[in-house]
Amino acid sequence: METSVHYSAATANSDSAKNAADAIVPHMKILVIEDDLEAAAYMTKAFREAGIVVDHASDGESGLFMGTENAYDVMVIDRMLPRRDGLSVISELRKRGVNAPVLILSALGQVDDRVTGLRAGGDDYLPKPYAFSELLARVEVLGRRKGAPEQDMIYRVGDLELDRLSHEVKRAGKDVLLQPREFRLLEYLMKNAGQVVTRTMLLENVWDYHFDPQTNVIDVHVSRLRSKIEKDFDKPLLKTIRGAGYMIKDEG
Amino acid sequence: MLARARLMFRSTAVRLSALYILLFALCAAFLVFYVTAMSERLLAQQTRQSLQEEVSDIQRAYERGGINLLLRMMERRARQPGANLYVIAGPNGEMLAGNVASVQPGVLDDQGWTDIPFTYEPYAEVDRPGRHLATANVTRLDNGLRVMVGRDLGDPSRFRGIVRRALMVALTIMGVGALVIWFGIGRNALKRIDRMSAASQKIMAGDLSQRLPVGKSGDEFDRLSDSLNAMLGRIEKLNEGLRQVSDNIAHDLKTPLTRLRNKAADALDEDREEVRRVALEGIIGESDQLIRTFNALLMISRVEAGSIAAEMSEVDLSAISADSAELYEPAAEEAGLALTTDLESDLVVNGNRELIGQAIFNLLDNAIKYAVGAPGEAGREAKIGVHLVKRDGTFRLSVCDNGPGVPADKRGEVTKRFFRLDESRSKPGTGLGLSLVEAVMELHGGSLELSATHEDNPEAPGLTVTMVFPEPKP
Repeated sequence: METSVHYSAATANSDSAKNAADAIVPHMKILVIEDDLEAAAYMTKAFREAGIVVDHASDGESGLFMGTENAYDVMVIDRMLPRRDGLSVISELRKRGVNAPVLILSALGQVDDRVTGLRAGGDDYLPKPYAFSELLARVEVLGRRKGAPEQDMIYRVGDLELDRLSHEVKRAGKDVLLQPREFRLLEYLMKNAGQVVTRTMLLENVWDYHFDPQTNVIDVHVSRLRSKIEKDFDKPLLKTIRGAGYMIKDEG
Repeated sequence: MLARARLMFRSTAVRLSALYILLFALCAAFLVFYVTAMSERLLAQQTRQSLQEEVSDIQRAYERGGINLLLRMMERRARQPGANLYVIAGPNGEMLAGNVASVQPGVLDDQGWTDIPFTYEPYAEVDRPGRHLATANVTRLDNGLRVMVGRDLGDPSRFRGIVRRALMVALTIMGVGALVIWFGIGRNALKRIDRMSAASQKIMAGDLSQRLPVGKSGDEFDRLSDSLNAMLGRIEKLNEGLRQVSDNIAHDLKTPLTRLRNKAADALDEDREEVRRVALEGIIGESDQLIRTFNALLMISRVEAGSIAAEMSEVDLSAISADSAELYEPAAEEAGLALTTDLESDLVVNGNRELIGQAIFNLLDNAIKYAVGAPGEAGREAKIGVHLVKRDGTFRLSVCDNGPGVPADKRGEVTKRFFRLDESRSKPGTGLGLSLVEAVMELHGGSLELSATHEDNPEAPGLTVTMVFPEPKP
């Protein structure tokens, strides 16, 4: 059985209300440096609806100033900006010791631009035009407010356990046999448990290809994985978030 | 008129002919001086020879008949028209007889040929008064008398004058002729250039079907016009292709935009929340499809422009093929297709992994999409395959299916942007997949081949698309 949750501001808020960890960690605070005011207004509104605090700068110089003066969890920086180029803002921030993760937005948006963007110190890259759900999912993963810490050797979601060293997966103490690729898929999902992971993010992180899968190839892999970890159990863990992607989460 | 003349004198033809004429005049002058110098030398030689003979005659006459015979002979010879110069002088240089009034002092003192021309005054001559130049031979007889036989040098210098005057006249005629020729050539060249400019103006105004005029002579102007015309032809063809593409784009984007608009209108009229939500989701789906189409278009043009070429590295084709097959195996299985692989290992090329990956994914997407719709045939299993072999210095990566295939005459067209075999566009897709694959292969210096998987089965020949990579040089 497939569970569908529509990802919206309402569910995001009720999720955070329910989640004990969210109660301790305050809202995520991000900086958006974008000169297209209409796009910035849309983004700011949508991020706020998802419970994220947003500051906005409309050119490179003021963005650099705000990024240096305030502490942000994530910065979303457009590549082409007036007064100071996006890539130069990033390298200057890094020089000044600002280590907050940066997501680069670019209308140039292809393979080689991605590489130069990441070399300049960016952490993720999203070509324009993009779906907001994609941007939100990536910002939340970069902010890492949820999910398992990097150093954890065992990921747990409900009664599902994944051992990163021995490559063993157990559900309620019973062994679940996975193919190597299915293991990496589950590992990535559990690392970002409680967060939406898009198909593009899965293709990037599990298969290491950076483009938008236009067919259902990823979905078929996920549903195979789902059948392996949920077949003999009542409680579903792996949810399909319509219009966005997937999320692994213990509903409690 | 004046401006035109100035324009004409600035033309290359005029400048070149001026240079030629200058060079020619220099050569001619050199030649004339050379010829006159040579003839003068020849004349001088002849003069000496004849003088030498006379000296011998005189000596013989003196030996035979003494001084009397000598004087008689000289008198006779001196009277002849155009005679040589004769002098008989005493031992101390006093003039005794001859047809010369006086000679430059000292000439009679030395025996033999005079080294340089000397001056003399002719005797009792009215028509050529004054001093004249001459060359001579002086002989001393045994009785102490001196005999001089010489010749006036007026003739050679007259000859030189004639030749130089002729040269001046020739050069003047040449100069005038050149001016006339310049005028002719310059005007002709200018006229042809004007015709070419006029044609260019029309082309610039947007009429790409115009061509520059080409004459029959096949000269440099015609050759230039010919190559410019060939260039115009190419531009016209590219322009035509571009217009075709933008027509296709307009057509293929108009349909989804119309659908989008209609869905939005429906959603607006809808009161029931659930139906409205479905309609809105449909709108988002349509928009995503449009965005994908634009992304694919941008990607193709960037790959075609070669601007991605910077990120080339070693790419393991065998690994990519295996990865792709692994990625698509579940999707194929779900569509009821068996996916088989036959991959040679360790085939490595220099390329862009992302682009090659995307190209293979596009081929696999197509194979799954079209193999599924294959006409059902009892006992025939729908299947797709990924093959990688090394053959004849190329790496051949092919994706094959046993679906309906592509008719041989349409195979050249399916790589065109927005070309779809299925006119009704019943299958989802942008019509850009193979265009991207072809652009990627061009970027890698390879090619794309389309063939039938089963030639012998006209019902379902299937399609095999092969990406042919050149084997990298070691």
